[in-house]
Amino acid sequence: MENKSLKGWLYLLPALLFLGVFMVYPLIDVFIYSVEEGYNSASQTFYGYGAYNFSYVLHDTYFLQAIRNTFLLVVITVPISTGIALLLAIALTSIEKFRNLYQTIFFLPYVTNTLAIGLVFMILFKKTAYSDGMINMLIMAVGGHAIDFIDGPYAAKMFVLCFYTIWVVLPFKILILTSSLASVNQDYYNAARVDGTSKWRIFTKITLPMISPSIFYLIITGFIGAFKAYSDVVALFGTDLNAAGMNTIVGYVYDMLYGDSGGYPSYAAAAALILFVIVLTITVINMLVRRKHVYI
Amino acid sequence: MESQKELTIIEKQAKRRKAIQNTFVYLLLTIWGLMVLFPFYWMVLTSVKSYSAYSSEHIPKFYTTNPTMQNYADAFTAVNLGRYLMNTLLFTVVTTAVMLVVTVLAAYAFSRIQFAGRELVFMIFLALMMIPNELVIITNFVTITNWNMRNTFAGLILPSITSVFYIYLLRENFAQVPAELYYAAKVDGTSDLKYLLKVMVPICKPTIITITILKVIECWNSYVWPRLITDDSNYFLVSNGIQEIRENGLGRENIPAMMAAVVIVSLPLILLFLLFHKKIMEGVSRGGTKG
Repeated sequence: MENKSLKGWLYLLPALLFLGVFMVYPLIDVFIYSVEEGYNSASQTFYGYGAYNFSYVLHDTYFLQAIRNTFLLVVITVPISTGIALLLAIALTSIEKFRNLYQTIFFLPYVTNTLAIGLVFMILFKKTAYSDGMINMLIMAVGGHAIDFIDGPYAAKMFVLCFYTIWVVLPFKILILTSSLASVNQDYYNAARVDGTSKWRIFTKITLPMISPSIFYLIITGFIGAFKAYSDVVALFGTDLNAAGMNTIVGYVYDMLYGDSGGYPSYAAAAALILFVIVLTITVINMLVRRKHVYI
Repeated sequence: MESQKELTIIEKQAKRRKAIQNTFVYLLLTIWGLMVLFPFYWMVLTSVKSYSAYSSEHIPKFYTTNPTMQNYADAFTAVNLGRYLMNTLLFTVVTTAVMLVVTVLAAYAFSRIQFAGRELVFMIFLALMMIPNELVIITNFVTITNWNMRNTFAGLILPSITSVFYIYLLRENFAQVPAELYYAAKVDGTSDLKYLLKVMVPICKPTIITITILKVIECWNSYVWPRLITDDSNYFLVSNGIQEIRENGLGRENIPAMMAAVVIVSLPLILLFLLFHKKIMEGVSRGGTKG
């Protein structure tokens, strides 16, 4: 027995070492950082403990802007992307010809580098001195005015960000919903068809309840993912997100840690903890709603 | 007779309705398909336009009459794209390989070896799955800086190795392998390590492949940690390289060369996807999260 215990721990040792150093210790440490006031990363000294870091972050206009951007992004992209994914997944399930082809194409954005394709989106939307860009050409073709989506008005920038975010997150959602739709027991549909049930009724009374666990899973992961938005924002607007007015909460954390305005791990820790509390709260709310509305 | 006629009319109507519905469905799917493919088309198209041709197009053209490969040459000579690619390859291979060893060993301990404290440790592992990376990255940044590992491969790789989720996924799969096999092997005097490598790993190969693919995608696309830990372009990965090209390299206006770099960076994963698209989609639906 003694021998077996030793062996068990031995097999676990590498994982425990990595997790201990790079996950458990940092997890404790982040709380310590967040309450150390006036921490100086060069001399590694601080004045004392308190909630000043949180108060500083919560009063920082850049952080408030980051919160606003992130919430807007979440509120816009999560429902729209889930809705479009559901529509496309239903369309995919209803066809037989070319289904695999469409499925494969739809999945393509998942395997691309966010930074690289973000650059392509930037080129498509950007208005430069010598060209209005592809998208503006379309807008002008239907009689609109050219807008600079990358350096222009806030609403335009937010639009591009939401559009790109939806483009990036859809593959995962479509995939999950298609496999969920495929797993619904056909007997239910056949029974409903025998009873002459209308299509809409079949959808709301059979399909939706049967796939509701997947939908809720997607909503939860969608919320979490959108709250952590960062690299797609960098891809579109560059690394100086505060100047672009497009920073996100995660972006704020990294800017505080490193970069031109960096060197404040205490502020970064406070902001990261605030983000964690927000995400946790929303996940718990989601879980409670789920308990009420999910059937399985 | 009368009812027969009615039936054919109803059948015809149903057929027509089905045809209209199908048209709408295919239209919808095709529109989204084009929206997915268009950025890729634009990227390739722009990358083969010459700089002067691109700059003279006030209204961008959807085609080009004389494609050039010059931009691809520029992408490798004007910036160090070859180096970024090699760095990313090294980073991806080493990180994934070490991750596999750590994950397989831990999953085996959790599923086959009975020892005191196992369930408690597993519970802690499950709890760790919920910890977002953003929370621990702050201290990791300080740790790696203190270890003088900024701008080294060790600094890039070490914190990127463990994924609790993959350990969990593989443990679940290992646990499905009948325990009888294990006892039989024990009776025969097979060592645990040998049993793990000769029986468990081959049986659970699909899950191991899934984990490998997911990790490769994750590594190839990783941006945040490399950005924090490297500022020497000799250690840039492709994501950082792309960002560097965007902000400083190639001249801000040389968009065709930028797009050539983007094509080169995107190509490996797209090829991997085209080769293994079934495997990848299956793997992601079992264990991926993004978005």
